[in-house]
Amino acid sequence: MSLQTELQAADPGRIEAAGVSKAFTTGRGTVLALDNVSLKVAEGEFLCLVGPSGCGKSTLLNLIAGLDFPSSGRILAAGQPVTGPGRDRMVMFQEHALFPWLDVIGNVLFGLKLKPGLTPAERREVAAYYLSLVGLEKFHHANIHELSGGMKQRVALARALAPNPRVLLMDEPFAALDALTREQLYGDIQKIWQARRKTIVFVTHNVREAVCLGDRVVLFSPNPGRIRAEFQIPLPRPRDINSVELARHATEITAELKGIQSAGEVSE
Amino acid sequence: MIRTISSLVFFLILLGSWELASRSGAWSPMVLPPPSQVAEYLWQGLSDGSLGEATLVTMKRLLLGYGLGVLAGVPLGLLTARFRVLQDTLGLLALGIQTLPSVCWVPLALLWFGQSEAAMLFVVVMGTLWSVLIATSDGVRALPPIYLRAARTMGSNGLHSWIYVILPASLPYLVGGMKQGWAFAWRSLMAAEIFVTILTGFGLGQLLQYGRELLAMDQVVGVMTVIVVIGLLADRLLFSPWERFFHKRWGTGSVG
Repeated sequence: MSLQTELQAADPGRIEAAGVSKAFTTGRGTVLALDNVSLKVAEGEFLCLVGPSGCGKSTLLNLIAGLDFPSSGRILAAGQPVTGPGRDRMVMFQEHALFPWLDVIGNVLFGLKLKPGLTPAERREVAAYYLSLVGLEKFHHANIHELSGGMKQRVALARALAPNPRVLLMDEPFAALDALTREQLYGDIQKIWQARRKTIVFVTHNVREAVCLGDRVVLFSPNPGRIRAEFQIPLPRPRDINSVELARHATEITAELKGIQSAGEVSE
Repeated sequence: MIRTISSLVFFLILLGSWELASRSGAWSPMVLPPPSQVAEYLWQGLSDGSLGEATLVTMKRLLLGYGLGVLAGVPLGLLTARFRVLQDTLGLLALGIQTLPSVCWVPLALLWFGQSEAAMLFVVVMGTLWSVLIATSDGVRALPPIYLRAARTMGSNGLHSWIYVILPASLPYLVGGMKQGWAFAWRSLMAAEIFVTILTGFGLGQLLQYGRELLAMDQVVGVMTVIVVIGLLADRLLFSPWERFFHKRWGTGSVG
């Protein structure tokens, strides 16, 4: 595998969840985190999963990542059953999950070193490419704790992109950031998504964020986790989170979300 | 620079008041030898080679026993963290034995190994092993699970995860445990050397004990000084560089 092919974007992947249920057994009994959820994510689609906490959206992401397995039903990546984590599906976590014992480029290299067929020099070049893609070309040897929250998530993004996955799974990656930093990252992630042609599954509880980023927004309801509604977002890109059009879509979804939450309060 | 000066001034004042106190005649020089007399002993001990030889004997015992303790303690700690069964058995045993001052092993060591180097070695290993084991195991178990999850998504698992994630992530704990192990080993060896005469080599502890028997308090205080200096040097050379690296990398420790 040459450096050139490595730096070319891998073809975006296809994800399918077919009749997926996931039950967790806790001290207080069994919780059905996902109940018979079916979902298809097309090649190159930017899909956002939204819902109140406990609706199973992060659980579904973990199942797609292969970090956990469904109690019943199947998860398919490119038509193949998911049997564990794979370099074709990289994950970005809410907590940046960067390794504090490595510097910035060491973190980006971690996954690359596990990828066969590259020389050390080529790996460094790939890592440098992704660090400049996220605007951190001057921070190769910075320590993780020296970075701001936004910069940490940029490193985490570069680390996830570096092994050239077909699918990017993002679990509330911007939830812990301030509003201004978040808005910058919305712009960046849209640019990178278009440039690198990834399929992205993005979990968030922030409806505006979902509308700003997603081609499609899937709304989950909790107890048990089910798909409640789907919304197409046919807005042109790049999108501005403060635009009126975007707000209109967000209001529609928020109304539906409030319906879920008040129903939950009544049933409790 | 200011820190060096303040250290220097502090020790000069300490030595100065000690010298004055000894010379005031309030205490017999037998009870409180002045630093000048201690320095004289040190000079003499260094020039006739007795101090150097004792230091060599002690350091050999210490490094060998400590090395063995670390070599066994780290892997055992990793295994203890990994397997619940070991945690409930070996881990519990380690926790119990760790509370035992390792000088308590001296009678048994003498019974088992006689007045030999092996007895010394045993006491030092007992001082090191358990604290290193516990620190390693604690370090691994304090590891945030997110690191391993992130590593798994990048294709790391099994042995690779142990070497490239778990071990480096728990290094600060590990070095903390090694430092504690060093202190325990050092203390237990001194206690053992003071209690037991080993004919194959006279260590610092024995030199100190002879000083006591001869009522040569300048020798006792002189050997104590050597022990303190070695302890300080070990901390500065063996552990401080690591700790500085951790503080810099992890961003811990604002006071440094």
